Amino acid sequence: MLTEAQAWTLLDGVPDPEVPAVSVVELGIIRELHCADDTVTVVVTPTYSGCPATEVIGLAIRDTLLEAGAGRVELQTRLDPAWTSDWIGEAAREKLRAYGIVPPSGKAAVGGAQPIHFVKKTLTCPRCGSNDTERLSEFGSTACKATYRCKHCLEPFEYFKPI
Amino acid sequence: MTQTTTQTVSAPAEHIEYVMRLGDNALILGQRLSEWCGHAPVIEEDLALANMALDLVGQARLLLTHAGKLEGKGRDEDQLAFLRVERDYRNITMMEVPNEDFGRTTVRNVLYSAFQILLWQRLATSSDTELAAIAAKSLKEARYHFNHSAEWVIRLGDGTEVSHAKTQAALDYLWPYTAELFAANPTDEAVSAAGIGPAWGELEADWEAMLLPVFAQATLVVPARTPFKTFGKFGRHSEHMGHLLATMQYMQRTYPGAQW
Ligand SMILES: [Zn+2]
Repeated sequence: MLTEAQAWTLLDGVPDPEVPAVSVVELGIIRELHCADDTVTVVVTPTYSGCPATEVIGLAIRDTLLEAGAGRVELQTRLDPAWTSDWIGEAAREKLRAYGIVPPSGKAAVGGAQPIHFVKKTLTCPRCGSNDTERLSEFGSTACKATYRCKHCLEPFEYFKPI
Repeated sequence: MTQTTTQTVSAPAEHIEYVMRLGDNALILGQRLSEWCGHAPVIEEDLALANMALDLVGQARLLLTHAGKLEGKGRDEDQLAFLRVERDYRNITMMEVPNEDFGRTTVRNVLYSAFQILLWQRLATSSDTELAAIAAKSLKEARYHFNHSAEWVIRLGDGTEVSHAKTQAALDYLWPYTAELFAANPTDEAVSAAGIGPAWGELEADWEAMLLPVFAQATLVVPARTPFKTFGKFGRHSEHMGHLLATMQYMQRTYPGAQW
């Protein structure tokens, strides 16, 4: 039988399939974890409604825990409160940057009106450190990222959207 | 990922209808947007439209799953999405009209995402806690869709002669369909009285206030209201719906019960 501490450590080794630089724990989507008898119950909050990684993550969590000796794994989905990129920890933000993805700016959860006119948000290029960058698209290769390019080193890079 | 399901006693018909309508709006618009995959004018927009489609289909999954639970007849998201007949779909007609071109697609997105923002804001405090949770999540996505589409509407409307003409034509075409969003009906009245959500008509003034500055900046002229009416909400769809369903339901109709 696994202890809760062991189970947390195991899940911290499960990478996000679309952003493998961080684990599902670092991403903040594992909200709760309980071990009782031989059953591990994991409560997951999905990042985006339509994120195709959600099901892959579920499978990876199940496989990892079963392989480590859990008798049964029960996955529960929790929508409330909605996931926010503010749940990504400091260490994970640095890992994202090192991986070439600019981490989300904080306090995304503060909603309200947002300016709609060609938002010029200055990001620092994760490769060369230049601030001479521009947004190409509010959307990127996955639901959670936007696409930018650096006008100094001429490389494209991604920005983890604050949401 | 499985969610623990408990079979509940059927909720009031209006409550089910209201949630189904939201689920179907998301599903059908998601289906239309996904048609752009591989066809958008530039790769960034290809990704954007596919991502927005994905958000909408994800919202549809949550909403239809919830509607199925409220209904209590054991129908899951797939049965509701793929095995109903045309008359049982509750999306407004605007969701099903063809994409036509990037202009019409973009204008439809701005019209509907503005509405979604207002609706999800209100539903975030719904007495239906599951619906409130879906609303809080979807609101964040709708804001992205609105910002993105509004920027494009301005860029296209205030762009070249051709882009302006196409975008104005798109607004002229779609505007009459938006009347259906706000038309009073017994479902809205019952749901509003029960504290589940607003009658959609309550949102019209705020919706216009969100959009008129965008259209003004885009140098587009908002058409006058006409007596034109559509009734997709009540299952009376346009000639386009059958074609859309034939494509969308193909797999489940051909291989009933197929699983990923
Ligand atoms: Zn650079």
